[in-house]
Amino acid sequence: MNVLDFLAWLNPVAVPGAILILVGLWGILARPNLFKIAVAFCVLETGVNMLILSVGYIRGRTAPIFDDGARTAARMTDPVPQALVLTAIVIGLAVTALMLSYAVRLRTGGGASSIEAYGEEKW
Amino acid sequence: MMRRFLVLAVIIALGTALWPLVMGAGVVDVPAALPSAYLDGAPKDFGAANVVTAIVVSYRGFDTLGEVAVLFAATAGVGSLLSRKRLGTGLPASGRRHGTEILGTASRLLSSLLVMFGVYIFMHGHLTPGGGFQGGVVIATAMLLALLSNPDSHLAHGAMTAVESLSGAAYVVLALLGAFLGLGFLDPRILPTGSIGALVSAGSIPLIYSLIGLKVGAELSGILDALKGDRA
Repeated sequence: MNVLDFLAWLNPVAVPGAILILVGLWGILARPNLFKIAVAFCVLETGVNMLILSVGYIRGRTAPIFDDGARTAARMTDPVPQALVLTAIVIGLAVTALMLSYAVRLRTGGGASSIEAYGEEKW
Repeated sequence: MMRRFLVLAVIIALGTALWPLVMGAGVVDVPAALPSAYLDGAPKDFGAANVVTAIVVSYRGFDTLGEVAVLFAATAGVGSLLSRKRLGTGLPASGRRHGTEILGTASRLLSSLLVMFGVYIFMHGHLTPGGGFQGGVVIATAMLLALLSNPDSHLAHGAMTAVESLSGAAYVVLALLGAFLGLGFLDPRILPTGSIGALVSAGSIPLIYSLIGLKVGAELSGILDALKGDRA
């Protein structure tokens, strides 16, 4: 198998998902700014969602929605990861909003944006 | 320097751990036993065309109830953290520039259309790839548009709270009704399931998802209003 075949064989959702997870983790670990950490959590979350979604994908099958009868259960992908991700996205949105409002409160309370200004060493 | 090496080591370790998962994505040929049971059961038992909706609202409905509770807790947290009392009077109450007449008119026109589209999405959650969460987010987008074009405006707080608490209570009542009739907590068969593909089908699934849509829309609008930072 040459390189191009391998790239075409890779799952087009799983690979960006894994990359986003790693980028998000780097942001959480290496950035001191609170707002950037919140955004990095958001990126990590998107990556996790994409990876979960891609695990339930089955090649050559379609969305698990029935219609007039042309689609049967034998032609559908796994619906469970899709349901899981649907809930995870909404929770992620709310948690991101909560994280950002904590950061805003710390900032307006006279604090700095850097996590190292709060006595807790990150490392 | 040491820190950079540690970060790099952690990232490489996680990347190695993710590698088999990425390679294994989409490799299986048939779904496992549980998704197969859902794929067979959703249209047969509940008359639901969208299997994902059937899982979210009825098979795993208890999780969704918990999720709505988490969303409520997060909204309450954002609201209490970002009140004007807590933030201090640092923000000028009315120092913002007003939008033009064109912006205001266009956003009013678009907001009503967006709310209508959101309602359409959550009403057809059992037929199309939509549902309460998606529809609720679309409704919150309409609120965002209104808040952006007129920064001094406020949401009708009492109405939002009423919508949110009434839809949440109705969700729990519908869930308990299933247990009361002996079918099971959150069983959608408390109403006739109808035929697949009709708007009035799938038992109480469209009703519950519409309630979730209203609740999510009200809560996310509340978050947007709180993030504006001048709530009393």
